[in-house]
Parts: sequence; C-alpha cells; structure tokens
Amino acid sequence: METAAIQLKNLTKTFGSVVANDKVSLEIRHGEILALLGENGSGKTTLMNMLSGIYYPDGGEIYVNGKEVIIDSPSDAFDLGIGMIHQHFKLVDVLTAAENMVLGLKEKGRLNTKVIGEKMRTICEQYGFNIDPDKKIYDMSVSEKQTVEIVKMLYRGADILILDEPTAVLTPQETEKLFAVLRNMRADGKAVVIITHKLTEVMELSDRVSVLRKGVHVGDLITAETNPQELTNLMVGRAVTLNIERTKCENPVKRLEIRNLSCVNDDGVSVLDNINFDAFGGEVLGIAGISGCGQKELLEGIAGLQKVSGSIIFYPVDGSEPQNINGNSPMDIIKRGISLSFVPEDRLGMGLIGNMDLADNMMLRSYNKGKSPFADRKTPAELAEKVVDELEVVTPGINVPVRNLSGGNVQKILVGREIASQPTVLMSAYAVRGLDINTSYTIYNLMNEQKNRGAAVIYVGEDLDVLVELCDRILVLCGGKVSGIVDGRTTTKEEVGLLMTSLGGAKEAEKQ
Amino acid sequence: MDTFLNFVVAAVLAATPLLFGTLGEILTEKSGHLNLGVEGMMFMGGVAGLAGTYYYEKAVGEPDKLVAAVIGVVCAFLCAMLGALIYSFLTITLRANQNVTGLALTTFGTGFGNFFGEIMGNAAGGYVSVGTVIKAVFDEGIPVLQDIPIIGKLLFSYNFLVYLALAIALVLSYFLTKTRKGLNLRAVGESPATADAAGIPVSTYKYLATCIGGGICGLGGLYIVMNSANGTGGVWVHNSISGYGWLAVAIVIFATWSPLKSLICSLVIGALSVLPYYYPITFIPSAIYEIFPYLATVAVLIMIIFRKKKNNLPPASLGLAYFREER
Amino acid sequence: MTYENVKKEPLVRIAKRPELSKGKATLVRLSSILVALLIGGLLILVLGYNPIAVYADIIKGSLLTGTALKSTVKIAVPLLGAALAIAPAFKMKFWNCGAEGQITVGAIVSTYFALYHVDNLPSPVLFIVAFAAAAVVGGLWGLIPAFFKARWGTNETLFTLMLNYIAIGFVKYLRIGPWMDKGQMFPKVPMFDKAARLPEVFGVHIGWIIVLALVIFIYVYMTRTKHGYEIAVVGESVSTARYSGMNVGKVIMRTMFLSGAIAGIVGWMMVCGTNYTLSDTTANGYGFTAIVVAWLSKLNPFTMVGISAFLAILQKGSNTIQTNFGIPASASEVLTGLILLCMLGSEFFINYRFVFRKKTVGGDD
Repeated sequence: METAAIQLKNLTKTFGSVVANDKVSLEIRHGEILALLGENGSGKTTLMNMLSGIYYPDGGEIYVNGKEVIIDSPSDAFDLGIGMIHQHFKLVDVLTAAENMVLGLKEKGRLNTKVIGEKMRTICEQYGFNIDPDKKIYDMSVSEKQTVEIVKMLYRGADILILDEPTAVLTPQETEKLFAVLRNMRADGKAVVIITHKLTEVMELSDRVSVLRKGVHVGDLITAETNPQELTNLMVGRAVTLNIERTKCENPVKRLEIRNLSCVNDDGVSVLDNINFDAFGGEVLGIAGISGCGQKELLEGIAGLQKVSGSIIFYPVDGSEPQNINGNSPMDIIKRGISLSFVPEDRLGMGLIGNMDLADNMMLRSYNKGKSPFADRKTPAELAEKVVDELEVVTPGINVPVRNLSGGNVQKILVGREIASQPTVLMSAYAVRGLDINTSYTIYNLMNEQKNRGAAVIYVGEDLDVLVELCDRILVLCGGKVSGIVDGRTTTKEEVGLLMTSLGGAKEAEKQ
Repeated sequence: MDTFLNFVVAAVLAATPLLFGTLGEILTEKSGHLNLGVEGMMFMGGVAGLAGTYYYEKAVGEPDKLVAAVIGVVCAFLCAMLGALIYSFLTITLRANQNVTGLALTTFGTGFGNFFGEIMGNAAGGYVSVGTVIKAVFDEGIPVLQDIPIIGKLLFSYNFLVYLALAIALVLSYFLTKTRKGLNLRAVGESPATADAAGIPVSTYKYLATCIGGGICGLGGLYIVMNSANGTGGVWVHNSISGYGWLAVAIVIFATWSPLKSLICSLVIGALSVLPYYYPITFIPSAIYEIFPYLATVAVLIMIIFRKKKNNLPPASLGLAYFREER
Repeated sequence: MTYENVKKEPLVRIAKRPELSKGKATLVRLSSILVALLIGGLLILVLGYNPIAVYADIIKGSLLTGTALKSTVKIAVPLLGAALAIAPAFKMKFWNCGAEGQITVGAIVSTYFALYHVDNLPSPVLFIVAFAAAAVVGGLWGLIPAFFKARWGTNETLFTLMLNYIAIGFVKYLRIGPWMDKGQMFPKVPMFDKAARLPEVFGVHIGWIIVLALVIFIYVYMTRTKHGYEIAVVGESVSTARYSGMNVGKVIMRTMFLSGAIAGIVGWMMVCGTNYTLSDTTANGYGFTAIVVAWLSKLNPFTMVGISAFLAILQKGSNTIQTNFGIPASASEVLTGLILLCMLGSEFFINYRFVFRKKTVGGDD
C-alpha cells in the first residue's frame, strides 16, 4: 500500500483543563475524500487546526508522506502542501481576490496582479470555478468567498485540502457545485478532508469516514460499507433511538401572532420575507432550516434586538388586550409586563457573560427590578444556587466565572435563568448545539416541562430527528421565507428536508 | 512675492518634523498597533541625535559634515527604535494594552529626553550646544542649486532632513501599495488571524513595522532639536518637543493612513502654523487658530464614519492584541 | 514537495496558564516594581551616584518632613482623582484618553467664577458654584466623544485625545487674550483672590477629602449599583447588554458624563486649591498618567490610592535629588515610565506562561 498523505499518531491537545483531542491517530490518503465526522465539540476542528499550523499539539506525532514533521505555523503547513479552508474565512476584506491569493507567499518579484489573475484563471478553468480576480472581498457573497478560499489553497499548490463545515453557509445548488469540484480534485489525486456533522454529506461524498467522539478517535469506516445508523451510533457513543416524550397539546391558546414580518439586514439584503405564523401556549413550535436562512433574525426580531417590519402581536395570559410589540426594545417589552424568554444561539456572546460569575449572570434579567439605585445581589445568588441544584450544574460554586464551566453546564445556567421567570413565550436557538447527549435530553425535558406548564415554546433546531420527535408543529424556513408549516406528529424527516432545500418543496407539500 | 516665497519655505520647514512623526505612525498603525508613544520616541530620538553629534564634535574637534549628518540620523533612529522596541515587546509578545503602553512610553521617553539633555547640559557646565559646523549641517540647503533664483529657494534651500522625509514618504507609499511585503503588512493590520493562516509571520511584521516606524518618528525629534528654523538649533531645551507627537497622531487620521496624503496634510498644518508670521491675521486669535488641526482631525474622525468605501478606514484590527491560540 | 526535515519545536512558545492565586499575582506585580527600581538604580550607578543614597533621599524628600509630605499629597490628590474619573469609562472598555482635556475645561469654568464672581459671591457659595459648573462642563466635554461613539461608533481613543488639545488651545487663547493679566510682562492669567482659594485642612486644600470621598463613591458605584452593573456588562459584551434590555448608548453617554465630571472636579481643585491660576499646563499630564494608574490598579479605587501615592512620592522626591545630588528632576519621569512599563509587562506573567522546547525532529540535536 502506498504511504498515506498524512498520518497522525497519538495527537493530543488541551486547552487549560479541557482535553480537546486525546491521542488521536488517523490517516489521510491521496485520491480520496475523507469525512471527519463528529458531534459539535468533538474536537474535529481542533485536530485539523493542528495540521494547518494554527494550534501546536501538546503530544503525538504528525507524518507527511511518511516523514515525521513539525508544523509550527500555517506557513509550515503550506510548505507541506496542506491547505485548510476555515469555517470563518481567512480573507482580508479590503483586498481583492488576487491580492488575497499571494498573501504571505514567498514568491519573488514585484506585485503584479495581472500575472496572479492569469494563474487564477488557469486554476478556475481546471476545476470549474468562476471568480473575478479584481473584485474586493467585501463585495462578494458567501459562496464567492468560499471559492476564493479554495482557489487560494490550490494557488499555493496544496495537495491536501481540509474543509471545515463547508456547506453550512451554502444553498443546496452551491453545495452540489462544491461537491463536484471536490470530486474533480479527488480524480486529480489530491487528498480531501471534509469536516462535518451531517450524515447525508458523509454518505454522498466521502470514500472513508473517521469518527471522533469527545476528542477521542472512535472508528474508521469505508463509506460504502456503512450506513447512517452505524455512524450515528459511533458518533454519539451508544445505540440511540431518540425517544423524547411528547405529550398531547392540551387546549392550546394563541400567545404570539406574527404577521408580514420582513427584515433587511445592514448590507441591504432581505433576510426575512413576509413571515406569518402563530405560536400557541402548551405547544412546541419547531423552526427548521439550513443555517443562516433567517432563524437568527426571526428570533431576535421578536425579542426586540433586530429591526423588522410587520406585526408581532402578543396575547397576555391574563386575557387583557393583545399588544403589538414590534419596535419595542427588550427593556420596553419587560416594562410592558410581557414575559418573553430567549435562549440565544451565541451563549457566551449574547446570553451570558463569560467573565462574570454565575450569580452576576443571573442578574442580567433582573438587575433593573425595583426603584432603588442599588442592585439586588441576593436574589440572583439564590437563583444561581437553585439552578445549580435543580439542573445538576457541575461547578465549584456560584462565584466562578461562567467561562470556566463546560459547554453543557453553561447552557444549563442560561436555560435555567430563562425558565426561572415562568415565561409565557420561550424562544430557543440551537439549544443543544455542542452538548453531549445527556445534557441534550435535559434540555428537551425542560422544553417539554415549559410546554406542559402552558408556555408557548419556539425551538429552532438543526437536527431533524430531534425536531420531528420533539415538536408539535414545525415551521420550515428557506431563504428567509416560510416554505411550509407541518404537523410534527405526522411529518417525516424527508418531508422537512425537502422543504428546507426549496420553496418548490413547499408547493409539493401543500398539494399532499 | 518674496513674502509668499518665504512663507512656502517656512511652511515646508515646519511641516517636516510632523511628517516624520506621521510617517512613522502610519507604518506602525498599518501593522495594527496604535502607538501613542510617538512623542516619547521623538524625545528619545532628539536627545540621542544631539548627543551623537555633540560628542562626535567634542571628540574630533573639526567635524565632517557628512559624518555628522549620518551620526545624527543613526543615533536618533536607533534610540527612538529602542523606545519602539520596548513598546513592541510589551504589546506584541507580552500582549499589554496598546493605549496604556503607548502613554507610558510617552512618559518614559519625555523623561528620558529631558533627563539626558539636562545631564549633558550639567556636564557641559550649563547647557549643551553644538558648534556652527554641525548647526549648518541641519540648516543648510543644497549648494549651488539653492542659488538659482526663486526655484533654488523654493526647491533646493532645505536641509537634508526635509529631502529624507520626502523620500521616506515616497518609499513608504510604494512599499504599501506595490510590493508583496507591503501587502502582507496591510493584511497583518487588517486581520492578523487571516495573515497568520496565510503563512505570514505576523509577529515579525509587527515588530519590524513598529520598530522602524518608531525610528522614523525619532528623526522628527532630531529635526526639532537640531534645526534652527523650526526647533532649538542644536541646543537642548526642556520639553522642546512637547505637542509634536500628538499632532502627528492627528495627521495620521487626517491623511486617512496614506503616506502621500500625509505629505499634503502635514504641509497644510505646517503652513497654518507659520501663516501668522507672514500674513498677520487679525480676525482670528492665533491661539484659536492653533486648535485648528485638532478640530480638523475630529471632523475627519466623524466624516470617515459616513464613507461607504471601505478603503480609507483605519486598519481593522488597530489596537487589538493577537494570540493565535486564543479561543 | 520537498521539506527540510531538520526542524525543531519552537524554542519558546506561549501558553495560557491556569489562574494564579491573588497572593501570587500581587507578588508578581510587586517584583516588577522592584525590577524597575533595580534598572533605575543601575542607571543612577552609571551616572556615578550611589543608588541607595538617592532612593533614600527620595523617601526623605517626599515623606519625612511636614512640608514635603504636604507637597506629595498635593501631587497625589489630582492624580488619584483623575484615575477615579477614568475607571468607569475603562470598565466599559471606552478608552477615555481625554481626562487631560476634561480637567482643563473644569479648570477653565472654575477660573471664570474665581476671577469674575469673587466679589459678588461669598466664598462657600463661590466654591460650590464653581465646583458644580466644573463638574457639568467636564461632563459635557466627556459627553461629546461618547455621543459620537454611541451613535456611530467613532474611535474614542483618537477623539478624546484630540479634544485634549482643543481644550488646552482654548486656555492659551484665554491666557493671551481676554483673561490676560494686564500688569504682567509675560501673558498669564491673574492669580486668584484669597477669597477664591480653597481652604486647607491639615495644611492641604480640602480637595483631598473630596477625592477620598470619591474613592468610596466610585467603589460603591461600580460594585453595588445598577449603573455599575450596566457598565460592567456593556464593557464585556454589547450584544449581551442589548439582550438584557440595556440602552447601550445611554449607558455609554451617562458613564462618560460621570467620568468627565469627576475630571472636571479635579480641574476645579487644581486651579482653586493648588495653582490659584489657570495655565496651559494646569492639567500637568495627570490625565495621561492617571490612565496608567487606573489600568495598573485593575480599576480598583483602593489600589489606585496606593499607586498614585507611590508615583507622587517619586515625583516629589525627584525634586529633592535635583537639589541634593544635581540629578535632573526629569529622573522622576524616567523612573515612573520604567515602573509603568515593567508593571505592564508583568501582567503577562499572570495570564500566560512560557513553554520551553521539549523535542526536536530529524536533527541530531
């Protein structure tokens, strides 16, 4: 057998006390597409970052074409022919595509964008790309930027290409195009690694799969000889049959009525287009869609954090007059006595403050209560104790900065605080992202508890299996539009998936 | 006509020390580092340049003009670079806050300049002063050429530091826009993480830019201490450089981080500062008039917000520390 | 693709360290001061003096006699005041480099009252009016960059810096223009009337009592009040602040008004308590040094008392060594700068550690 392009032996990386990769050994081969599969937080990106020179391993060895190497910086990685396309593109906005190509290259001679453009064109023609070398990055769409990234790696002569979740930001058509390009590269003898947690992609594209779980390499499989069920089992650690207890909806009451909601973002792009739906107390309304299809803007729009047009009518529990809360700031909403809780996607960037302790984080929602200029610190501390106790948060105490807790415990703190106010409407975005299975179940149960208590729960999720098991109804977003609302009890994963990828699917679904 | 000519010449002479500071700071800021220690580095450069030429003169008695010029420039450059090196080490390797470190460097550099200036003065029995030959080096224009009527005065009557500043501006502009290394440096200032992933040695670029930038600032200090038209003419005067450094920081913004525009901007500010001596202005008090550069800078700061083009903005990562393994 | 395979692990690399205990962190900081004093001592030695004698003289000249102690306190008070002014803004990560200007505008309005209303207002009323006016005008001066930052996100570091020189330029205008003392050769603002000078308690103007009260106030404000909590949240994350319902723009403007107001009060003290007149150098760089004081104190008001006292001792003591040894008084700036730089550097060792080379590959090293 020919020597592997890259061989990793016992690679280990720790951050403080967190072990991100524990003695990982695997192989990457030429002329092959390898899928690196794992849940969020399983250490896939960290592992590949050690190959691309972003992180330096704490232990273990890396072999490239059979020789042990040390990769201390991205430039070492380029010298070895390793190119990585990061999830957050590494492009300089104010420069053109051509200028981005040659950043950091040790080529001689003066900067001649014409020559660079020529070389780019050759690469584009070979693999079927299309980019304008003189276009500034800030004028480009997401998929154009990704193309620039890939061309950049090829320009640098990479023959080992690593892509970190490349499809997360792409439309289905763009994804297809990308896959075609990657297959071209494989045919060309290049080694391709695609980091993903999506089983469909693994099955469609890869030749081999390596699975990571909690930083540990748990298996290598030939794609043709495996199936999604087996991969899921490996990924999550035990044979799981999702079994979320879904209670019947007891006399649902309308709590939220969204009409003609539209949103144009700062770049002038329409991200939400005429959204209409109702949310009922005693029901979990799921929201599905490819990431970046307007989920964030929808929830933030309702919470008063994003400027939107249209109406957001709130129906109070006491039966008083319904109120339109669009245009209200979060403080206005609180002041109007509306109990709206929100578990945002960015936990430590929006929902919590990493550098503050548990008690101070509890204060975020309640600090402004009362007339006194002094903040009440006792009640939040008690609440923190209560949340730690009831949700079994693992922490040395309530005076520890939240950033020192693990991802699951951070989320418990956030969700615990949000449900403590007995909300009428509870919104959550990707509430289980990056969490282990057990914590995920805790979160599902909490959502269900709120539903049974009579709250209107809005659950934005990415895992379709969970959505169809947990939700009473599922609203599917596609490109900022509602492509359909389906009954969670009767729908299938496939139906939702179809709605996610095309508005045409919506018409299909309506006919049935 | 004569008044106008004299006015233009005076404006150029007044603009040059500012231009040095501005160019040095532009190079520094292009690497993403806001070094507020410009004034401190100017003090360090000024005192070292004075010391170099003074002791050279003392040692040889009959100083050679070229050697004196080289010694002055090299001493000023290296000493200011030492200041910049302290700043770089603290902010790049040790990741200290840039604003605070820059201010501490200003305190240190100002003290450094005054301290050694006075030590030299004490040793010389009162105050330190260079001889006429060395004074001439930093005052005289280009021989022969400067005697051409009008044009000679307009173009060739300046001391060598003026031409050096002009050359640095042109080279810096070419470097930033036309060379690979310049492109890399801009990438470092815009997004160090991107530059790093592209294989650019981020720290090396940052060190070189801040240190060379600091050295260039130091030449501004040298100019003020050695030139007699716009400085103290080879004598150390307590706090003589105060104010220049901050003005340079202002002009960087005024020139929207472009070396070529900084030529014009520093000339405008220089012209404004000497204008009252040639064309007395009665309707505005001269002190109010001195505020103008700062007011203009504030106006520029506000105006750049409303620009849609992303080209003239400050380097995107200006003021932020970079650590590759930060999560 | 050839690769030179004699490559070593980097000699030194930097890694985050687990949190240091408070005691150890203090020890690191104290030793950094010691390092700075050692470097300073070396410098003194090179110049041909005995460092121990010089340092002893600094202590003696700043603390050991009544008059010396009083002048030291007079230096420490405005420094501490300005650091307290900066603290809330810095907590909010609003880099207010404009205390110098805010002090200056406070001094300008105080001077206005001291010069032109000394005859028609009784002293206590004059003091209170000038105090209030200095606070309000200082606050408004701080509000200008805050408004632009809150509204459009302008760079506040550069904005506040520029405002300093606008304020100081205005003083120059007053000095050689409308407020010039006609009876003097050199254009300067007249000295204040006795009735416009602040009374003294224990030989130092009452500003020291006000500043100590401010220490308590700022401590309580930052750690116990709703405003203090808002400042902390905005400083950590603007999106979290918005999420929790805070009006971020309002918080920024309110905090900068407070910051500027305290600086304005310092200006009032400087002209009514220390200088009894207004000059271009009224703020005397305190606004800048205070930034470093506030930062090194980790924005803790009580630590600021210690650091500003320490810097005041150096400054006062350096005047003594000038008289006694002939060492220029600028030595204090050199030493202060050294100490600040060393302390700034020491923060690194509290958060990070160096990891030295463990292995090499290929080579026969």
